[in-house]
Amino acid sequence: MGDQLIFTYVIDGNDFTRAGEASSSVKNKLKMLGVGSDVIRKTAIAMYEGEINMVIHADGGTITVTISDTDITMVLADTGPGIPDIDQAMQEGFSTAREEVRSLGFGAGMGLPNMKRYSDEMHIDTVIGQGTTITMKVNL
Amino acid sequence: MKLQTVLELPECKVLVKGNPEREISKVFCCDLLSIAMGKAAADSVWVTVMGNKNTLAVATLADVACIVLAEGIGMDEGTLAKAEEEGIAILSTELPIFDISLEIYEAGVS
Repeated sequence: MGDQLIFTYVIDGNDFTRAGEASSSVKNKLKMLGVGSDVIRKTAIAMYEGEINMVIHADGGTITVTISDTDITMVLADTGPGIPDIDQAMQEGFSTAREEVRSLGFGAGMGLPNMKRYSDEMHIDTVIGQGTTITMKVNL
Repeated sequence: MKLQTVLELPECKVLVKGNPEREISKVFCCDLLSIAMGKAAADSVWVTVMGNKNTLAVATLADVACIVLAEGIGMDEGTLAKAEEEGIAILSTELPIFDISLEIYEAGVS
């Protein structure tokens, strides 16, 4: 094992138009590190969906990205309402997003399914009323 | 087909020209950003009526080469400047989504 690179981002829950900046930053860093474009795309999509979810549902949070020799691990932690039924939330098309969010083109119920599809491993820890932490791993 | 061919379509107004030499993979049509995020192919031309900042964010992260805004939809100056920075082409047309997509397809994208 070589060195690990760790980046932490604070996600602003009030500014919907800035959602995606953290994911863009990670994408650019991976590009500079010479990571393959498929891995970059998978990481960027999985992280962006998570970032958007944090803004829509949890008033922001923090994302920690760790890049090692073997994988990219993203830990997305928020102190939002929690997910009452994970199986239901994982179904494509299920969404609890507000109308104003839908009018911007989100809320199709694809966020969590996309995160699962584009990461190689995903784990959800959630406690109602306390928050959700999602860990995603993309193999290099 | 290169992006240049799309930039030259008479019905399209070029707002940001991106990288004209970029090789185009597909035409993709969708207005729901969450679906576009997962389905838009890398190096594609994405035709949509959603012209907000988030559209550009999705295009950037999904490696889309060009956004075509149909039905006369525009994009604000700040977002256009950001597109310029990201090297993503932005075009605008009065045509509906299907009509402009067909035209791009017939110009040489499969």
